[in-house]
Amino acid sequence: MSCNCQKNVDSLIPQVAVIDSIRKETADVATFRIITPAGGKSFDFLPGQCAMISIPPIGEAIFSITSSPTEQRFLEFSIKKCGSVTECLHSMEIGSEVGIRGPYGNHFPVNDVLRGRDLLFIAGGIGLAPLRSVINYIMDNRRDYGTVDIIYGARSPEDLVHQEDIMNFWPKQINTKVHLTVDRAVDGWSGHVGFVPSYIKELGLANNKVALVCGPPIMIKLGLQALEQVGFKREQIYTTLELKMKCGVGKCGRCNIGDKYVCKDGPVFRCDELQQLPDEY
Amino acid sequence: MKQVYKRDLERLWQTISEHFELYLPLEQDGKVNFMPWKQGENVNIDRLKTDLSPKNIIFPPTETYLKFRTVNKRLCFESVGGKNDKYVVFGMRPCDAASYSILDKVFLQEPIDRFYEERRTNGIIISLACSEPEETCFCSSFGIAADNPVLGTDIAAWDIGESILWQPKSEKGKKLTGILDNILQDTSEHEIIALERLQQSIREKLAQLPWVDLDLEIISNNMKEMFESKVWEELSKSCLGCGVCTFVCPTCHCFDIQDFGAERNGERFRCWDSCMYSDFTRMAHGNPRKTQTERFRQRFMHKLVYFLNNNGVYACVGCGRCVEKCPVNMNIVKVIKKLGGD
Repeated sequence: MSCNCQKNVDSLIPQVAVIDSIRKETADVATFRIITPAGGKSFDFLPGQCAMISIPPIGEAIFSITSSPTEQRFLEFSIKKCGSVTECLHSMEIGSEVGIRGPYGNHFPVNDVLRGRDLLFIAGGIGLAPLRSVINYIMDNRRDYGTVDIIYGARSPEDLVHQEDIMNFWPKQINTKVHLTVDRAVDGWSGHVGFVPSYIKELGLANNKVALVCGPPIMIKLGLQALEQVGFKREQIYTTLELKMKCGVGKCGRCNIGDKYVCKDGPVFRCDELQQLPDEY
Repeated sequence: MKQVYKRDLERLWQTISEHFELYLPLEQDGKVNFMPWKQGENVNIDRLKTDLSPKNIIFPPTETYLKFRTVNKRLCFESVGGKNDKYVVFGMRPCDAASYSILDKVFLQEPIDRFYEERRTNGIIISLACSEPEETCFCSSFGIAADNPVLGTDIAAWDIGESILWQPKSEKGKKLTGILDNILQDTSEHEIIALERLQQSIREKLAQLPWVDLDLEIISNNMKEMFESKVWEELSKSCLGCGVCTFVCPTCHCFDIQDFGAERNGERFRCWDSCMYSDFTRMAHGNPRKTQTERFRQRFMHKLVYFLNNNGVYACVGCGRCVEKCPVNMNIVKVIKKLGGD
């Protein structure tokens, strides 16, 4: 049992959570399943929202939640090893305790705009993490949405995350297609080869869908251009951004793009709204 | 309207300090700053500007708010932030008091920052009108009346020479006035005339200041246009990125969060940070503000455009500390003028 010494809690104070399982995705990405000490998930959220995970005395970092809100047993985070907090997380064992606070930010409009629409998901590398939360939410409420196309690319086949979902689970769902691509041809890969933005154009998909895009900044920028070239309007495209964050609640002052805070007003932005903001992300 | 004779000030402070922690402008080595008072300290209520702004009272430079420890592999968090002691600040200038109301817009917005809220609720601010505004002052441009403390003020005060006039502005201010009943004196027609004269004289002095004509209206409210303006490069050329402007600024409030200690036992604190520093926005995968020009632009865009868009007020009170401290003589006044096409 964890102790019970928290007083009236500020939003900066984390709750204790336990690493319930660790699934290795790639050489430097693992998915951490996190539960409360008593079992179950730490809090409810909507797809696209984030949480701050802390590992004392290393510090805190913000991550998008990759599990679906429909999953009651745990929260999942797919995390790439790339800084001090993530390095430490990757060295931790099942049963280790961490801090968690959240959920933070806005979410993809799953309950209004996306309902009944054909959806196009575009992800690069670890960018699949936040979109997986939406996709699995939609799979659990399949009748509320139209067709689903998922374009997902990574540097190599070994860099594709959530292989069970992308190879087995999603392709078997009704009206759902998964289009995988890797940057360079390698032995044993019979799928598409090429960057995500050019694959978008090659696929010749209908442009009446709502597109949800997440990946490295360069993929997002070129991906948006490709979508516009095939006739998507910016109003049809949502993306999710990441900037340096400390508080997660719009006060520490560092994740702003113009007058918007990514932690509070984002991380999900509609692309026509994003266009109104200064180009500083 | 009440008053306290200057000969009774020491007794007033003594009485306040029996009930509250008392912050006064104390002089040490030629510098005056708000610090906890005890008898025998060198109080200086004539110095117009304290060296540092008094924001540290409600937003400490560093604040440990969380303690963590691991016992038998079990992690435990304990919230230790905030401050329960009730306190009084005597002699804060109207611009600095107004800065509290600006910081409120950040920290008291949902989700409310409980540590800040605790400090803010527990404080009573006695704001002293500026009998002698200085050349670096430009509070009037931001709608602050140096002759009439209002914003962030629980008790307004005026130095009319022999005594200090005392006017409660809030419930907290009225309560404190009640406690000091035997030291505060009633005022007569004589003092009211003296007050009017003082206010008139302050207004005349303000009208003579070099930046009295500084007009915020000249700045475009088009965020993108402002952001892409060519002036940033030229303005930021001399900026060293030292961050002193953010340090002395009463409204700058960006903070960092860090852990300290070992796995078994340690603490998490937040501390002032500065958008002028290169690592402020640096992430594992890159930095959206790579140059000092971008960081410089962020600071002034935040104060003059972003904060206004989000909160309806500018994040500047015209105290002029940045004007005095900048080692390369750059400041927000020059920025405003340049943005306005000067």
